[in-house]
Amino acid sequence: MSEASTGPLKKTPLHALHSRLGARMAEFGGYDMPIQYADGIMAEHNWTRKQAGLFDVSHMGPSFLALPQLGGNTPEERDDAHRTVSALVEKLVPSDIAGLAPGKVQLTVLLNENGGIIDDLMIGRPADPAMQGALYIVVNAGTKDNDFAVIQKAAGDAARLERADDNALIALQGPHAEAVVAGIFPQALALTFMQFIRFKHSDYGDIVVTRCGYTGEDGFEMLIPAEHGEAFANRLLEDHRVKPIGLGARDSLRLEGGMCLYGHDIDATKTPVAASLGWMISKTRRERGDFPGAGRILGELKDGVPSKRVGIRPLGRAPAREGTEIQNLEGETIGVITSGGFGPTVNGPIAQGYVDTSYAKAGTPLKLIVRGKALEAEVATLPFVPAKYKR
Amino acid sequence: MTTYYTNEHEWISVDGDVGTVGITAFAAEKLGDVVFVELPDAGKSVKKDADMAVVESVKAASDVYAPVTGEVVEGNAAIVDDPAKVNADPEGSGWFVKIKLNDKSQLTGLMDKAAYDAFCATQ
Repeated sequence: MSEASTGPLKKTPLHALHSRLGARMAEFGGYDMPIQYADGIMAEHNWTRKQAGLFDVSHMGPSFLALPQLGGNTPEERDDAHRTVSALVEKLVPSDIAGLAPGKVQLTVLLNENGGIIDDLMIGRPADPAMQGALYIVVNAGTKDNDFAVIQKAAGDAARLERADDNALIALQGPHAEAVVAGIFPQALALTFMQFIRFKHSDYGDIVVTRCGYTGEDGFEMLIPAEHGEAFANRLLEDHRVKPIGLGARDSLRLEGGMCLYGHDIDATKTPVAASLGWMISKTRRERGDFPGAGRILGELKDGVPSKRVGIRPLGRAPAREGTEIQNLEGETIGVITSGGFGPTVNGPIAQGYVDTSYAKAGTPLKLIVRGKALEAEVATLPFVPAKYKR
Repeated sequence: MTTYYTNEHEWISVDGDVGTVGITAFAAEKLGDVVFVELPDAGKSVKKDADMAVVESVKAASDVYAPVTGEVVEGNAAIVDDPAKVNADPEGSGWFVKIKLNDKSQLTGLMDKAAYDAFCATQ
């Protein structure tokens, strides 16, 4: 039950608050993070699905990539500015960033030259006409130093990447998130799923609110200046519908939501096609074939991949953890579990893994080798729990 | 009836030559919500300090070790059916197995309650 750590752990602006809330802390992505609070993972998971859960995700890597000159005098100049900054990141991702509507964010992947996934990330185009030529980019905690270096290198002298990861990044997720956030930021009500807004607030300063999350629930991620992070979190926690939720429940929520955890379900050995993330590769980018590893990835889109990511449902009660061998009914190895555990909402074990593509169809029977025993399982449609996004 | 404790956070409560074994409240609290338990079948031989059962929380799987060598006479079907019972009453109705001891002298190497509490304070 101990976690190895190297060097002093970094702390988020909410670190002292976690201690006061009685969190059990552990290392994640180089940070000392709350794994759970007194109620425990199961109760926290269920609270998020029914009420509103507050997550400290300040360990992640928010940033802004900006041209030296933002905005423009005419709509055409502003569109040009957006296209110019988009072209810089499109050297690294397979999605249509230039085609993003103002105020939209897109989930995408950073690719290496072989089309392998360096990270998954979110890229947003500001709604504000004066901010055209800037992008809001949020990457994962454990990968952020490398990601930021890769993005800045791709941008060269044309744009500057400004890190914002010393701020507080606070997620509120669940059916009551909208009502709670709207009580503080009425602007948030106008957002639909995967839209964001940047504004100045009288109490909390420069804020970014994005309607997104990693639980499958409706909710928001809010970038708040570090010095106001704790006051803002406390204000949310004053609401009886809000409880703090640790990374333990964040993991069971995202697993039920069928989402990938970088370093586990996806990494540099996987392409977006193998990871069943082909939807991230936009039509225009497929036609242009101008993203890293395009030759390989376009070939995989056309001819298929040898193995791909699927949902897996053990039919018994025993969870199958990361690293569990997957066999076909003949006892041949056909894949491996990349994340697995217990889904409190599903009320049973759930997992994701990679299987030979001929076994990837939902309902295909599989065997999972757990402690030397072959347990019955089948391929399941993702997500395990339907998403409740506000479209 | 005397209860002994291991440094792997099992307890064994001995009555005659049969010991009832479970995980301690300290261990149950550390594990968090138990969602799955796997017990050895009755009749199975278990060896002191070797893994004998599995307990899984939402996050992780942990082995439970036999505090003594002997033969399993009964597993607690109630915790297999409802693993949350382990958290609810770890040192009572959330017991794991009853073991018929081969050698009661193995108990002398285990901790009593006071020694175990002191041990937990260092964990």
